[in-house]
Amino acid sequence: MDKKTTERPLVDFAVTARKYKTTLTQKFMNRPIWTKPVAGEVRSTLPGTVVSLAVKEGDSVKEGDLLLVHEAMKMQNRILSPVSGTVTEIPVKEGEHLVKGALIMVIKED
Amino acid sequence: MTSLQKDILELREKKALVQMGGGEAAIEKQEAMGKLTARNRILALLDENSFQEYDLFVEHAARGFGMEKKVLPGDGVITGTGTIFGAPVCIYAQDFTVAGGSLGLMHARKITKIMDHALKMKVPIIGINDSGGARIQEGVGALAGYGEIFYRNTIASGVIPQISVILGPCAGGAVYSPALTDFVFVVENISKMFITGPNVIKTVLGEEISMEDLGGARVHAEITGNAHFYAKSEQECFEQIKKLVTFIPWNNKQRARAFPPKEPIFEKTVNDIIPSDPKQPYDVRDIIKSIVDDSDFFEIQELWAANIVIGFGRIHGETIGFVANQPMVMAGVLDCDSSDKAARFIRYCDSFNIPIITLEDMPGYLPGVDQEHAGVIRHGAKVLYAYSEATVPKITIILRKAYGGGYIAMNSRHLGADFVFAWPSAEIAVMGPEGAANIIFRKEIMEAEDQDAMRQEKVKEYIEKFANPYVAASKGYIDAVIEPRETRAILMHALILAKSKEESRPEKKHGIPPF
Repeated sequence: MDKKTTERPLVDFAVTARKYKTTLTQKFMNRPIWTKPVAGEVRSTLPGTVVSLAVKEGDSVKEGDLLLVHEAMKMQNRILSPVSGTVTEIPVKEGEHLVKGALIMVIKED
Repeated sequence: MTSLQKDILELREKKALVQMGGGEAAIEKQEAMGKLTARNRILALLDENSFQEYDLFVEHAARGFGMEKKVLPGDGVITGTGTIFGAPVCIYAQDFTVAGGSLGLMHARKITKIMDHALKMKVPIIGINDSGGARIQEGVGALAGYGEIFYRNTIASGVIPQISVILGPCAGGAVYSPALTDFVFVVENISKMFITGPNVIKTVLGEEISMEDLGGARVHAEITGNAHFYAKSEQECFEQIKKLVTFIPWNNKQRARAFPPKEPIFEKTVNDIIPSDPKQPYDVRDIIKSIVDDSDFFEIQELWAANIVIGFGRIHGETIGFVANQPMVMAGVLDCDSSDKAARFIRYCDSFNIPIITLEDMPGYLPGVDQEHAGVIRHGAKVLYAYSEATVPKITIILRKAYGGGYIAMNSRHLGADFVFAWPSAEIAVMGPEGAANIIFRKEIMEAEDQDAMRQEKVKEYIEKFANPYVAASKGYIDAVIEPRETRAILMHALILAKSKEESRPEKKHGIPPF
C-alpha cells in the first residue's frame, strides 16, 4: 500500500446493513452522483463544432427529425430528435465549439 | 380398470398438482405483472410437444424456520429438454409463483443437473431467470447452489452455446450466471438486474434511483452492455431467441446449420451507400444488408456501444459473424465499450466455428481524458488479442478510412487476416490527412507566407499520395482492390476456399487476454 493511502483517515463505510472502518479512494469520493436524464435534453456525445442548425426555437419536431449537424472526429454527424415535441431552447450557435456532454437543445415532449 | 391404468391416473393427478406451481392466486399475480408463468414460457419457446420435463417431483431441502412443513412444487424451477426448429436444447425456467422463484439447494441441483446433461449431450442450454434471489432460510446451501451453477457456466463456456433470459428480477449473486453466458435477453418493464438494489443504495449512499433506472432492461441493453437482445414483450423475446438458435451450432465441434442460399433483397445497391464526401456518415448496416442472404442481418447489442456493429448474417447459406465500424455513431471510433463488444463477439465466433467478416471505416481511437483514464489501452488491447487469437476464417474489407492503430486493430493482415480486400474509396494511412500533413510538412507550412494556403496545399498533396488503398496494396498488405459490386461474389469465393482452412497455435493451457 502506498504512503498516501495509509495516511488517509479511517472512516465509517456502510456496506449493506453494517459499517466498516476503512479508507476511501479518491475515485470513489469524486464519483459523480447519478441524476435522472431528461428525455428532451439533447447533449453532445463528442467534443466538436455545430455546423448547421436545422430547427429554431418554437419549431415542432417529430422523433427522428434532423436537429443539427455536429462535426466531430472529422465526421458530420446528423443529430436526430430523440422525442416528438416543441423546441424550447437552443443554447448554441452555428460555428460554436462544444465540449462533451454540452446541452445543445431542449425539446418539450408532446 | 387394470392396475396399470390406475397407476397412470395417479401419475396424471400427481403431475397436475405439481404443475400448478405456486397455485392459482400466485399465477394470477404473475400474470397481472404482465408475465407468463415459467411453464408457459418454456412452451412458448420450444417446438410444440417437444418439452420433456425432468425432476418434476424433486422436493426442497430447507430445514428450520418452519420450512419442513412447506411444500414447494418442483422447488421453484422447471427443467427439461426440447427442440427449437428441430435443434435440441436443454432448458430451465425459475418459477416465481413458488416462493418467489428463490434459489435453494435442490433448486440449484435441478439446474446443475440439466447443465451437466447439456454439456454431456453437447447441446445449447437456455436459462430463464425469474427469482427473488437466494432462499435466505437455506443459508449457505443457497450460496453453494449459485457457485455450482457459475462453475458449470464457466466449464461449458466455448463448448456449448449458453443463453440467459431475464424475465423478472435477477439480483445479487444470481446476476453472475447470466453474465458468464454467451447471450443475455431482456424485456422492457420485466427484466431487473443489479448486484445491490435501490433500497440498499439509498440507505448506504443516499442516492435515490428507481429499479428501472438502476437495472431495467433498457439500462442493460444501452448503458452497461450486460444484455445482448432487448425486446418489448416476452413473445418478441422468444422470437429473438429462436432466430439466434438458427444462426449458431449445437456445440463447438460443429458448424451452424446451412440454409438454402438467397440473394440480397435490399433496396440499395452497395455502390449507392457510401457518400462521396468522406466527412459524411452512412449506416454501415446498409452495407451488410446489401451483402448478406435475403438482406437478413441479425444484430447483437444494437443499443450499446453503437459505434461498432456486430451480428450474424448468412452468405450463400452459411452463418457469418460481422464486425463493422459504424460511421453513423461517434464517427465509428474504437473506445472502451466498442472494444469490449467487438472482442467478445470475435471470441464467440472463433469458439463456435463461425467465419468473421470485418467491415472497416474508422478514424481511430476516441481521444479524451475519460477514455484514457477508463483504460482504453487495456480495453483496446482486447480487440488485438481476439483477432490475433482467432483461427476461424477472417476476412477484412476496408470500405473507407483505415487510420493508425485502428487499421492494425480491425483484423489487418498483420494480425493474421486470411483475406484483406479494399474498395477504391479506402484510405489506408498512419493518420488522417490533416494531422499527417501538419507534421510531415511542418517546416514548409511554418515558413510559408500564407500558412493556411500552404497547409491546404500540403493536405491535398498528402491525400493524393497516401489517402488511397494503393500504397498498402503495393506492399502486399491487401490482397486486392475490388469494386463494391463485386464484394458478395468475392466473399463467397473466399469463404469456399476457407472452408478447409487449417491453422494451429502453440499448445498452452490458455492465454491471458487483457480482461
